Amino acid sequence: MVPLSWYLILSAGLFSIGLFGVLTRRNAVAILLGVELMLNSVNVNLAAFWRYGDVTQMAGQVFAIIVFAVAAAEVAVGLALVISVYRKRNTVIADDIDLMKW
Amino acid sequence: MNFWNDPLKTAADWLMGVFTGWGMNEVAAQVLIAFLGVLLLITLLMVLDIFLVWIERKVVARFQDRLGPNRVGPFGLIQPFADIVKLLIKEDFTPGGADKVVYNIAPMLSMMSVLILWAIVPLAPVILSVDLNVGLLYLIAAGAIGTLSIIMAGWASNNKFALIGAFRQVAVMVSFEVPMLATLLIPTILSGSMGLNGIVQAQNTWFVFIAPLAALIFLIAAIAELGRAPFDLSEGESELVSGYNIEYAGMKFGMFYAGELLHAFTFGGFWAILFFGGYRFFGLEQVSPFLAVAVMVFKAMIGYWIIMWIKYTMMRIRIDHMLAFNWKFLTPVAFVLLMVVALANALLAGTPTWLYVSGMFLSNVLVAWAAMEVARTVSRREREKVEGPKAVAEAHH
Amino acid sequence: MTAEQIVFLIVALVTLGSAFMVVTTRNLIHAALWLVATLFGVAVVYALLNAGFLAVVQVVVYIGAIAILFIFAVMLTRKDARDSGPQTHKNWWVGALLAVASYLGLSALVLGWSGSSKAAAGLPSGFDAVGQLGEALTSPNAYVLPFEVASVLLLAALVGAVYVAFNRK
Repeated sequence: MVPLSWYLILSAGLFSIGLFGVLTRRNAVAILLGVELMLNSVNVNLAAFWRYGDVTQMAGQVFAIIVFAVAAAEVAVGLALVISVYRKRNTVIADDIDLMKW
Repeated sequence: MNFWNDPLKTAADWLMGVFTGWGMNEVAAQVLIAFLGVLLLITLLMVLDIFLVWIERKVVARFQDRLGPNRVGPFGLIQPFADIVKLLIKEDFTPGGADKVVYNIAPMLSMMSVLILWAIVPLAPVILSVDLNVGLLYLIAAGAIGTLSIIMAGWASNNKFALIGAFRQVAVMVSFEVPMLATLLIPTILSGSMGLNGIVQAQNTWFVFIAPLAALIFLIAAIAELGRAPFDLSEGESELVSGYNIEYAGMKFGMFYAGELLHAFTFGGFWAILFFGGYRFFGLEQVSPFLAVAVMVFKAMIGYWIIMWIKYTMMRIRIDHMLAFNWKFLTPVAFVLLMVVALANALLAGTPTWLYVSGMFLSNVLVAWAAMEVARTVSRREREKVEGPKAVAEAHH
Repeated sequence: MTAEQIVFLIVALVTLGSAFMVVTTRNLIHAALWLVATLFGVAVVYALLNAGFLAVVQVVVYIGAIAILFIFAVMLTRKDARDSGPQTHKNWWVGALLAVASYLGLSALVLGWSGSSKAAAGLPSGFDAVGQLGEALTSPNAYVLPFEVASVLLLAALVGAVYVAFNRK
């Protein structure tokens, strides 16, 4: 039987890799890819705690499904913003999108 | 419990005895038996696929007033084998500028997305791989992998026709998934199960009599998912040469082609399972599981024949018309139908069968009639805007 | 080591490996395809956790919609087919340091917690996870409100995405 800690460490690894992507990538689409990895690691945690806790309490799975919905909404709006910015400024490099910085 | 009543379990038990007799670990033996089962199923499917090529060519020949393949073997039955040999001995190449790995994975994924569908198909009450309790969602998930394979093929080919074809096909598949999912929920409501075996068991009256409109919408969405005419503009020969698979040759193209044929047959099968009672036919499935398999394959063949019939009679629809048809007509109708069916099912629960079936049937007809009336009014108004009210009024009288 | 542990280790290695490729590959289409591999690995992890519904929804939503959307977005936002210039900015080592620190911190927390080594209890016989989940999502004294809020959020995202990306003439 796989102990709970294995799932939690897998999820921690996924989260850290996603964090690395978000912090270091220059392309806005790639940053969103990193965010997806982080959301997935959270879902692995939720499902693992559901399975290793009281399985008749569905809270873990319910929250995982709500995270699915949030992730779908985030990607739709985020990519729409990226495409809109690309149309106006002809770039998707996050450093170059700095109009609000002054 | 003998072989003729439960062949899979008997065979598995026998193999288990043999393998453990050889001193094999029980878990390893189980894995090996499952693997052998999968191998058997895939082999049977691929052999069937070879004959589907022959069936498709014979049927299209009849629709076009020709004879079809009739030179090699009796009735041309050996023709597909000759075709396979031809495909195998063609040069196996990857075009320059193509993304090699992605280009070569795409045909495999395409075939895989069809083959994994058969994991949940109940061929008989006891002959099925897994009775997944989320079977219908699995159907959609396999479609998602098919979508992925097409965009991979289109992008990796480094060809603009391939890319345009892939874009079109993916747009169609993603949007027609919505009405398909909505109509898949209707058998779920009626049977109270998402597993395909449960749905088949619940069909004392075939669901096509209870929800005929749902069966129709599922068929339309399935044809769009398959990318067959009238929705085959992803490979419209006259505009895109052959769409996403233009850069593929030899057996790589063969994988796409065989995958498409098997996919059509599979969706014929799913249509039969969801709306035409699957392996059930007046108690014939009780007699022997092998008879049930025969009934199931027969019904799937009829579904496949209807899909072919539509393909070879209809003309191609323009992409914007097709997406507008989906988003502005099919999707709202599917959702309204879902609500109406859920409501009518709750209201008519506990009534005698004849009242229940006729009530459900009438509610479906009502939804279809209302949808057609709304569509007619709207399109008439659109035409009046373009042509002026007088011309439209004249055209109607 | 039991068969289940071996399967878990293989799946975890594939998932983490492809996740690493997602954040380091230069070609963004390849990154999106590696993301598909990662998501598939996570779906298998759900299946190992007996959460079949989550596994299938993961494939439908993430691979069928989100990954495809990413591929489309990458194709629509490139001036030419090449990925020119560095893909990470010059302070990338700070990010790497933070990521490693967060991984070590989280692992230390997990391993220091006494409950982390426990094994899962067997599922009760006749336990219908999908049915229970459906009831939990729609019953008024469970999670119907978050569920409805999520649906409103999706609608708002749909309208918002169309409004933002719409090309006004």
